[in-house]
Amino acid sequence: MEWYLPVIWAGLIGTAVAMYVNLDGFDLGIGILFPFAADERQRDQMMASVAPFWDGNETWLVLGGGGLLVAFPRAYAVIMPALYIPVIVMLLALVFRGVAFEFRTVSGSKTWLDVAFTAGSTLAAFAQGVILGGLIQGVKVTNGAYAGGPLDWATPFAFLCGFAVIAGYGLLGATWLVLKTEGPVATRARGQAKILLLAVLVFMGAVSLWTPLAEPRIAARWFSTPNIYYLWPVPAVTALVAYACWRWIGKGYEAAPFLAVIALFLLGYLGLVISNFPYLVPPSLTVWDTAAAPASQIFMLLGTLFLLPMILGYVAFVYWLFRGKVREGESYH
Amino acid sequence: MDFDPVLLARLQFAFTVTFHIIFPSFTIGLSAYIATLGVLWLRSGVERYHQLMRFWTKIFAVSFAMGVVSGIVLSYEFGTNWSRFAVVVGNVIGPAIGYEVLTAFFLEATFLGVLLFGFNRVPPWLYVLSAAIVAFGTAMSAFWILSANSWMQTPAGYVMKDGVAYPTDWIAVIFNPSFPYRLAHMLNAAYLTTGFVVLAVGARYLLAGRHIEEGRTMLRMAIGLLAVLAPLQLIIGDQHGLNTLQYQPIKVAAMEAHWDGSRPGALEIFAWPDEKSESNRYALSIPNGSSLILTHRLNGLFPGLTSVPASDRPPVPIVFFAFRVMVAIGSFMIAAALFGAFLWWHGTLFETRWYLRIMAHSWWIGFIAVMAGWITTETGRQPWIVEGILRTADATSPVIGESIAVTLALFVLAYGVVFSFGIYYINRLINHGPEQVAEETGGFTGSPITAAHQAGRAAVKGS
Repeated sequence: MEWYLPVIWAGLIGTAVAMYVNLDGFDLGIGILFPFAADERQRDQMMASVAPFWDGNETWLVLGGGGLLVAFPRAYAVIMPALYIPVIVMLLALVFRGVAFEFRTVSGSKTWLDVAFTAGSTLAAFAQGVILGGLIQGVKVTNGAYAGGPLDWATPFAFLCGFAVIAGYGLLGATWLVLKTEGPVATRARGQAKILLLAVLVFMGAVSLWTPLAEPRIAARWFSTPNIYYLWPVPAVTALVAYACWRWIGKGYEAAPFLAVIALFLLGYLGLVISNFPYLVPPSLTVWDTAAAPASQIFMLLGTLFLLPMILGYVAFVYWLFRGKVREGESYH
Repeated sequence: MDFDPVLLARLQFAFTVTFHIIFPSFTIGLSAYIATLGVLWLRSGVERYHQLMRFWTKIFAVSFAMGVVSGIVLSYEFGTNWSRFAVVVGNVIGPAIGYEVLTAFFLEATFLGVLLFGFNRVPPWLYVLSAAIVAFGTAMSAFWILSANSWMQTPAGYVMKDGVAYPTDWIAVIFNPSFPYRLAHMLNAAYLTTGFVVLAVGARYLLAGRHIEEGRTMLRMAIGLLAVLAPLQLIIGDQHGLNTLQYQPIKVAAMEAHWDGSRPGALEIFAWPDEKSESNRYALSIPNGSSLILTHRLNGLFPGLTSVPASDRPPVPIVFFAFRVMVAIGSFMIAAALFGAFLWWHGTLFETRWYLRIMAHSWWIGFIAVMAGWITTETGRQPWIVEGILRTADATSPVIGESIAVTLALFVLAYGVVFSFGIYYINRLINHGPEQVAEETGGFTGSPITAAHQAGRAAVKGS
């Protein structure tokens, strides 16, 4: 039990983060692509395609953060101070883009709210990438507490990850628009998706080369025998999915590119998990070092096993309810 | 310049949490009001209830967005600013936060989508049910966060091992001694806050001679609710106070500025509590008043501030004045609600313009009372972050003062901008007023109505 519980919880929090990245990813992507729309009507259409979902999508971020506090309080207590500035920047950026949704529907003049929405979405994506990069490159820990400076996270690698996440969310957003809109917005999104897919592949390649070169433990994880025999399909499948995605965008498929991008994200995520498990705070704290008391993990697990399927059920219901495409000139309010 | 990380972390949390509590105090009550309007509409078929429901839902959406984004900040600040807190009590308090996300946040966020955008896609009963689910979600959120906060005030069901709290009894943790009182007090406060906003908006319409019928409905519903809940809050508050006296006597001593526990406490109407001389200056007081309220006996004794060393006392003036602000507003609320009920019974509620004018300007009083109440209870717990377990000064993160100072400035700036715009937009929505609910197009092609529109358009294009 002492061994399994933290692993189960790492899986659950990993699921919450994956849900967050894919779901809020596409609506943050809409914000990133906002400036490239031709006019306000098109922006209305883009926003309408995510308006019923964004709030629920962002809740996965609270589950990820809250879940970390519940299941791994000692990891939460190291990660947040270590990445203090990017975390706060992300939260502030999310404040601006979140209120822009509701303010924009009731406001007469939209220019400044468009700026807030784009800047907030882009900055939040960037900050999330920096947080990811900051974690992968390792956090200095002494006696279970963060022992580094306020700017330890600010490395070229972390910034690279920041730009990677902007491109990735932009790609999710573009393929979402292909799926959920029609007319000029969908056509433009198809073109953007191709460019962004290339950018994402370049970033994924850069991270995949950089991390094993910089961190011997990651190189050992991937390239030692027998690991390499089991792990080679991960990059191979990733390449295959990327190729399929490229083809499907070109062929005019609507749902397939979005699903392929989600698959790409999940594969990239799997790669990061392979590189870093069982570390929650590389290179020193594992899921077992930082786990909450078994009694706390069990108490929360019982509720989660009952509630999470319900949540997935009604979230799916709402996505089903708002199925179909959004046309230019249509909004809800 | 010398940056004190503890002070800055406290200021930052105080600022962000005070800003945040404005929105739940409104959205907990408003979602319940919207659901009530929905049920009335379904049962009576009166279109006015539907109009009011749609009107308040728009205002709800703007407030809720501000509440959500400022709430996410708090869930991360436990780590960014108070990482020792997370380590020491995370085992015990963490699940309450986790259950809040799972039983409240997802419900609210998901069904708000249906409430805002789903009118043409779901049958009316499901539309109203979504409103009820949102209301249920906001109340569940209050349940868990009040449980967590109450545990910080009156911890129970745990043992300390190596400086870390471990749970021993979850029922005792969740239903800790002060929890029922706090939950009732806060939920009632949220309903009161919303009631006064609805009352103010209704009064505003009647005074302006616009939306008369809607204004009257709002007035009647608000007065009916407030006349019951405002006096009820006095009873809940009294019971809560007695509970606090039992578990956190020094907080009560600070609320009453009661220094010397060997003598009965006076009820200080006004005073300046002087922490240096450990006495009250410029006091205007009713002798033995506090003793009567707190012990229900004229000569009853209760602990004074001097019964603990100065380092174990909260900052007395803040607690003392915040408590007085809350009580003053509460008393005004009772008077205003009962007088409104009297006017209604007398048949002159809609014509008594001076009363309407005061009420139209009283929309903000609930918010101030809620903030003052929270300042009383949170400041009154100091110097502890978790009473008796962990001091606030020992709970901070290893983050330098400069980082906190810069981000605090950013929070003040960002929240200032967001709040100003939020108030501006809400005011605009209120000025605009409820309107006839027009046939709307859904937004996606999936709904029958948009499909019909589509067919119509295609027909026009084709001809």
